[in-house]
Amino acid sequence: MMGKNFAIPNIISPNTPVIFDPDHCVGCNTCVEVCQIDVFVPHPEKGKPPIILHPDECWYCGCCVNDCPNPGAIKFNWPLQQRGYWKDKETGKIIRFK
Amino acid sequence: MTTWHEYLLEKGEPPSWPYPVRYGAEQEISCDVLVVGGGIAGCWAAISAARNGATVALVEKGDTIRSGAGGPGCDHYCDIPTNPLSKVDPDEWAREMYKPYSNVIGTQIQCREGWDTLLEYEQMGGKIRDDKDEYVGVEGRDEKTKMMASPRQNKDHSRNTVLRVWGSTFKPALKKECKRLGVKIFDRVMVTSLLNEGGIPGGRVVGATGVNNRTGEFLIFKAKATILATAGNYSLYLLNTELAGYNTFRSRTQTGDGIAMAWRAGAELTMMETTSPMGLSTGFKHTWYAGAGDASYENVQLVDSNGRVLPIPTQGWKDGSMPGDDRHMRPLIREKVLRGEYELPFFGDFPAMPAIESRATWQMMLREESTSRIIVDTYSAAGFDPTKHQLISYLLLEGESPPQWRTPGRCGLLIDWNLKTSLEGLFAAGEQLFSARDHSFCAATGRYAGRKAAAYIKQVAEPVISRDQVDREKERVYAPVKRTGGLEWKELHAGIARAMQFFASEYLTDRLLAIGLDTLQEIEEEYAPRLFALDPHKLMRCLEDLNLLTHGQILMQAARARKASSKLLNFYRIDYPEIDPVEWQKFLVIKQQDGRAEVSLLPLDYAGDPVAQYEAHNKDYTGVYQGR
Repeated sequence: MMGKNFAIPNIISPNTPVIFDPDHCVGCNTCVEVCQIDVFVPHPEKGKPPIILHPDECWYCGCCVNDCPNPGAIKFNWPLQQRGYWKDKETGKIIRFK
Repeated sequence: MTTWHEYLLEKGEPPSWPYPVRYGAEQEISCDVLVVGGGIAGCWAAISAARNGATVALVEKGDTIRSGAGGPGCDHYCDIPTNPLSKVDPDEWAREMYKPYSNVIGTQIQCREGWDTLLEYEQMGGKIRDDKDEYVGVEGRDEKTKMMASPRQNKDHSRNTVLRVWGSTFKPALKKECKRLGVKIFDRVMVTSLLNEGGIPGGRVVGATGVNNRTGEFLIFKAKATILATAGNYSLYLLNTELAGYNTFRSRTQTGDGIAMAWRAGAELTMMETTSPMGLSTGFKHTWYAGAGDASYENVQLVDSNGRVLPIPTQGWKDGSMPGDDRHMRPLIREKVLRGEYELPFFGDFPAMPAIESRATWQMMLREESTSRIIVDTYSAAGFDPTKHQLISYLLLEGESPPQWRTPGRCGLLIDWNLKTSLEGLFAAGEQLFSARDHSFCAATGRYAGRKAAAYIKQVAEPVISRDQVDREKERVYAPVKRTGGLEWKELHAGIARAMQFFASEYLTDRLLAIGLDTLQEIEEEYAPRLFALDPHKLMRCLEDLNLLTHGQILMQAARARKASSKLLNFYRIDYPEIDPVEWQKFLVIKQQDGRAEVSLLPLDYAGDPVAQYEAHNKDYTGVYQGR
């Protein structure tokens, strides 16, 4: 299906508040349950990472990542516009969050 | 794949709704005490009612494990002057906190019982002490108790009314205790209405209705007493349609549901006319705690690009300041920036702090505060080191928030010394109290309301629910799922927010408020009936919109009824410019009667003498929980 050209509305953005690593995520859906606004829904196939259905409703509280029982399974992904800066006090170099 | 469009591209079709949809199917629940809202106040109310012998149902829109403003964490546990480090008398401290229009009853409860509440958090598994000695040497830490006093309002260590705590441990502990006590928890259920005896607004509250936001199932709760413990409203004035969850200080779920359902049930509300600008974390601006003026929030000194110390007081031991204390300094700082005396950008100077203090600020306080743990963890993983790095401040760079971005933060239900509202059978706690305060206030008042509701149920008859009222509510609730086109919830929300910005913000006149009310009426009559919802989740959002609409209408009616300006309320009517005339120094109380708003005025000291009243109403208070 990858080659199929769907007509898709503009995608809500930012749309990836978290990035799942399918090698570590076991699809336990803890993140689905701790999210107070249902950003995620369980994947139809058991054991797979949840689907991000309502990224526009995320309030970036981080509970999904904080409470994940499998380290590395889910990574927080700040929207580009929300990435902060800091300065190395000794060198004066400005560093941007990556 | 993780995003919706990736799924679509891989599978060739969108995912099916993952939960069974059962619109209209009913579930009936009977209990002694029903708690609406499973945040801090709601969980405490449920626990307290259950510990006092009641059967309890707790209903929550999200999942009780992390829901509510206090779900992710809490760093400061405020105004608990009976804690062992405190140097002030609780009644004197409460008196110092009383300002005109403050909630004397809630504040007195917080000051008397807040420490007991915190000790009960500890019994449940919440962490309130540095028992692993991670912060030995931090100013304010007490070696004997291993508790850490906060510098907030505590310059010279003269008060110690605020403790630093590990609040990310609290919410899971509350849920666990609810389960242990046999509280029946209904997660993912939005309560849509309160039920009155005979179905008549103003009558005894005998339960509530709810809708499951995953399955669409309808729930009917019958209860001898109901405690309203829903959150404040942070979405009324603002909606960014693509950052719908991140355009306000609080989560998307906090939409004034409690106010709207209490209004429809005929309860008396107060402080409905008051609003205040929302400066922090709107999503249009920087992420909270990624720097800005709020870097000083946790005792970090702000400096300019050349290391010059800015005249912004910290909340540390040096200045003992409070959030917002620096506001009057900003124009002066701006002037100096334009003259070249200070150079942008500014930074929070973590490395200038003693290492142990910066570690306590970064690793403990910021990690335990509501939504900032993820900031600390992701920034630390990206290399931020508070011993070497200064965190940027966005002060001036991102400008000030416009005065039209507001929150109706001080409104709530009128309550008595039992935290009972004007309606029989209905209690309120936490942010449903007018002039509510913080986490500690919500916990203490929730715990108190649970206790009082458990006593109340012993005196009242079995509740009887009106089937007619239930049927009418079902009609209202399911209307949006009967349509597949029309108006989507975001558009309606944005339309309501725009009307609030235009007509009930910085400039208040009778003419503007009248136009605003006409606009909201038009939205109610012509646009709200076009709302459509394609699944139970969107149905919840539609119902939230209708609550926002009701809240906006109450707010505008109350603002129109207060025909005076007030510095004390930050409420300025252009057509009634006199500031705080004596005859208007009263609570404006508003309720719905026979379909119309009815307004009355109540003296500011209606609660009587706080110490005498508290003691008269709590002769049987037994202190910290001893049971199992």
